[in-house]
Parts: sequence; C-alpha cells; structure tokens
Amino acid sequence: MTGLEISAEEGKMLEMYRKMLEIRHFEERVYYLFVQGVLPGTVHLYSGQEAVAVGVCSNLRKEDFITSTHRPHGHFIAKGGGLKQLMAELYAKKTGCSKAKGGSMHLCDLDVGMPPSIAIVAGAVPVAAGMALAFKMKQTDQVVACFFGDGATNEGAWHEGINIAAIWKLPVVFVCENNVYAASTRTSAMMLVKTVADRAGAYGIPATQVDGNDVLAVYEATREAVKRARSGLGPTLVECFTYRHSGHSRGDPAPYRPKEEVEEWLKKDPIPRFRKKLIELNILTKGEAEKIEREVLAEMDDAVRFAQESPPPSPEDALQDVFA
Amino acid sequence: MKKLTIAEALREALREEMLRDPTVFLIGEDIGIKDGWGGPFGVTKGLAEEFGHERVRDTPVSESAIIGVAVGAAMMGMRPVAEVQYGDFIFCAMDQVVNQAAKMRYMSGGQVKVPMVVRVPTGATKRGAQHSQSPDAFFTHVPGLKVAAPSTPYDAKGLLKTAIRDDNPVIFLEHKLLYGISRPGYKPEARAPPQVTGEIPEEEYLIPFGHADVKREGKDITLVAKLLMTYRALSVAAKLAQEGISVEVIDPRTLIPFDKNTVIESVKKTGRLVIVEEDNKTGGWGAEVAAVIAEEALDYLATPIGRVSAFDTPIPFAPSLEDFVIPSEDRIIEVIREMTSAS
Repeated sequence: MTGLEISAEEGKMLEMYRKMLEIRHFEERVYYLFVQGVLPGTVHLYSGQEAVAVGVCSNLRKEDFITSTHRPHGHFIAKGGGLKQLMAELYAKKTGCSKAKGGSMHLCDLDVGMPPSIAIVAGAVPVAAGMALAFKMKQTDQVVACFFGDGATNEGAWHEGINIAAIWKLPVVFVCENNVYAASTRTSAMMLVKTVADRAGAYGIPATQVDGNDVLAVYEATREAVKRARSGLGPTLVECFTYRHSGHSRGDPAPYRPKEEVEEWLKKDPIPRFRKKLIELNILTKGEAEKIEREVLAEMDDAVRFAQESPPPSPEDALQDVFA
Repeated sequence: MKKLTIAEALREALREEMLRDPTVFLIGEDIGIKDGWGGPFGVTKGLAEEFGHERVRDTPVSESAIIGVAVGAAMMGMRPVAEVQYGDFIFCAMDQVVNQAAKMRYMSGGQVKVPMVVRVPTGATKRGAQHSQSPDAFFTHVPGLKVAAPSTPYDAKGLLKTAIRDDNPVIFLEHKLLYGISRPGYKPEARAPPQVTGEIPEEEYLIPFGHADVKREGKDITLVAKLLMTYRALSVAAKLAQEGISVEVIDPRTLIPFDKNTVIESVKKTGRLVIVEEDNKTGGWGAEVAAVIAEEALDYLATPIGRVSAFDTPIPFAPSLEDFVIPSEDRIIEVIREMTSAS
C-alpha cells in the first residue's frame, strides 16, 4: 500500500480526511448561500480538487507559506485558516480573514502562512519565488508551495517565475492543479506539449505527475518536493491531475464539458475514494465516518452563524490599509 | 561637504542602507556583473564587490520576475530595491506593480507590508520611442504606490534612503540625463544640462516624503517642475529675471505624497501657476496638479493655469524631433510671458 506505511500515520490520515471534508462541505454551503442570494460577488468552488490542497499542505509546517489563486478556499482551509473567518470574509463582514477588503479571491491569514491569494492568473508565481528568496537569504528552512492551474502555465509570468526560482535554487514547490479546463477552454487546445510537466524540462527542474484525486499520492509526491526545497536543492514541479466538480465560477453550469467526462471524473471523487481506503485499512469505521461528517457539518453551521452575527465594515474602513 | 553626481549620490544611499540593514538587497539586470556596468547608468557599480552577489542579484531579462520577486521578498520581511533598465521596460511588469505590489496590503486587510523600491530611469535621450517615455502618471494613478522624482544629488540620496525605509512600495523615478555618470564608451549627451553635481553633507540625512522644495523664490508666477524640467525651469527663471519677471520654481520631489500646500501658498503669493513636465500632456501628472490647484486655490489665480508638456506623441528618434516634442526653454518662456503680460 503505497503512501501508507512510509508517509502517513493513522492520525495524520484522519486529519487529512477531515480537512478534505471541511473543504467539500464549506464549498457546498457556499454554493447554497450563493443560490439563495445571500453572498455578494462571485465564487470559484474548489469541490473535486480537495486532495491536492490537503495532500500538499499536509507536508507543510505552520511557518511554511503558500500562494494561492482565484480559487483559494481549499488552500486556505488546508493550510489551517479558520472557517469562521473565511465564511465571514465571503459574507463581507468586518471579522473576515481579510477584513472584507479581499473577498473570495483574496483570502489572507499571515499567521497560518497565507498572504493574499492572487487572482491574476500566474501572478503569484514570481511572488512565490520572492518569498522563497527571502527564506533563503534569511537562512530559515521555510518553504513555499505555489498553487496554480494548468491555464497559468501559458502566462509569461509563470515562465519568468519558474526560471528565476530554478536558477537560484529557491525553496519552492510549484503545484499545478491540472483540472482539464482553463475557465471554459480545454487545456489540450492551448498547448502542444501533452502535459504541464513537460514544460519543467525547459527550466532544468524536475517534475512529477500524480493522480490529483488520490490524496496519499499527492502527499507522497509533494513530500519529496518539499524535502528537496527544504534542503536547498531547488524547486520541483508537481502536476496533479484533477477535475472541477462545478463550472469555472458561480453561474457557469459548464455545458462545454462532455457529460461522460464529468461522470467519469465524478467516479474518481477524491473524498469517497479516501473514505473507502481508510475503511479498508481499518483506520475508519462507517460509524466514525458519519460522526466526522456530523461534526464537520456542525462546524459549517458555526461558521455561518459567526458570519451572520458579525458586523459589516463601516464605510470609512474602505479608506484604511492603502498604505502601511 | 562633498560634490557628487546623482549616480554617486544614489550609490551612497544604497550602500549606507545596505550597511545599516541586512534585509536591504538589490535586484535587477546587469547590476553586479564582474567587470560590467553596475546597471545601465552605473549606479550600482562596485556594490557587488562590496556586498556580494547574494545582495546584489543579477537577474535574467525578466521584468515581471524582478518586480514579482521583490513583492514576495518584501512581504516576507526583506527590503528589496529593484530596478528596470529603462522606464519603458516596467510596462512588461505592470501586473506585478499595479495588481500585486500596490494592492497586496489592502487586499490583506492590512496584514502585510510591501516595503520595496523600484528604481525607474525615465526621460528622452535620443533613443527612440521605447527607451524614452516619462511614465510618471501611470504610477501616480495607482492607490498604494508612492512616487519619488528627485532632481538633485542631495534630494536623490535623501529620498532614496527614505524610500528604502518606507514600508510601502515606492516607484523611484530617476532622469537618465541627470545621472552625471561616465562609463567607458558612454558619451555625455549633447543636450544634457551642465553636468549635475551637488553638495552632499558628510553626515547622514534623510528627506521626508511629501515636502516640496522651493528651488528658486519668486513673486510673479509659480512654476512646478521636476526631474530634468527643474533645470529648464531654473534656466528660464534666470533669463526672465533679466526681463523683470520673477519666477518661483517648486520641485515637488515626491509626486505621491504630493505637497500641495507649498504650491498653494506660492500661488497665493504669485497668482499664477505654470506646470512644466516631460510627460505628454493628456492625463499626465501635471493635469492632476492643475486640477488640485483649480479645486483648492482658484480664487487666488489671476490667469488660467499654464501647462507646458511633451506633445501627445510617442517620443521620436530624430534629435530635432525629440527636441521639438519635449518642452524647451523657449516654449516655457513663451507661455510664461503670455501669462504674465495679461495683467
């Protein structure tokens, strides 16, 4: 059983399972609240990709950092961000993780290692390199995990950021969540190389590819990459093959995706897969799984209540935080 | 006291801040190459030898990476001083400047600081449209950026030290014709103002942002100018003094924050305002100055506000064309004569 004996002990695996469940239920609750018209703006749901965020972040220490994207809820939760502060941010409340200045796409909690998620595609790649440079220059052993989608790898900033991290051997793990579509456009239509990992060779860095719907596989692949980064050997590209359960953003029913493709991927849903595995391995019973499910749902109720009861920002708050 | 060029004054500021604070480092193209240039205008010459290549970091030709790395490093507690070779090249990295550096603190609800400087050589030097632009207004328009634009060695050193210690991203505009640097194969520009050197005190000093400097006092008209145009303004003021027109020359030194009070006080005295800038006219920084004074001091104005800017063209190559497009002393004089003869 790869990924088990060597990488994750039971307690850690249960923790990972719970985190994945938290992300899924959070996103489902958010979707419901949007449909109800409760939440303003837009939202990019992470459902279906939970194994990536959790598999990667389970290798990170609290003092390690991540950079995230326009689809950041899963990364925020996986890195240890509070559900209440996250929900309050989406509710545009003063108690939100970014004081309602950021919103769904700009989640921030420096205390858990998350600067504002960056919603400009690939914009975070050079920034992640810079964060890693700071760690290197200060001679800490912190690392940065930089999340991006397949679409980001067609942006110039991606190539500049990867190259500079490569030549300086910076402690970054570049995590590509290849979810088959950049918004509504199939990845394969926009690059001739078969996979994103093929691009790593152009920068002289190693790449690994992994089933992004298998959390233990992601965990193991990233563990090696984090070890390399932490020991000063430079960046690694980890390409995780996964799939969005929903459209690109709120209001996108994604009719451009063939029905069979969606069904095929839904069968590979990372959460039931991991639950099944945990039960097979006698780490989890059905009863315990139901208990965790209930607890996580209760956490969602708490988060929503916290958000509802929190005060909105006062209008003049808009004028604060422009300058330090 | 010692006499330094602007390039030397900037180098002193960098060196002093690097000695004082180990988190300060330099990042840019061709800045620390052995037997190289010390950046395109020689400002960083010798610093790699003194501080090593860890702190004087040569980069690939990757402006987005230069600025983006600076943003990331700044958020994690470093104080990077980034540079682009020519101001025009910063447009390659506008996402990193505008969306990342400037907005990061705000988007974080005040959690992060982005203490970084981007040094940006500006101005027309007979190199054609993509090495000549004065991009001031692109940056003064972005909430979250500070913008400095020194015209003298004294101001350059004092403002750069302040910029490095500032906890916000600072765009630091430097005029290519004012560096006063020479390097092998580099010919001083024929049209450059007399070699700019200035007195620098031996002891340390800083110049706070948001304090304009009255470079010449006068009573008939207020002239606001920065960078190279400060020198044209001073030359014009000297010439017009012989005709009995007394010009007050104000150099804002920082565009954001802008010391509007010094300009308003001057206008109260002179009753006239002319703004001279190398940026082209439409939507330039001078338009903002005109708007602020019209908003807050219109009653003190005896004549409409005058504006002398580059024409709304890309900067042409031919020296005669470039000279035509950029405000000349004659154009400035013409506008001032017209404004002062009206009374």
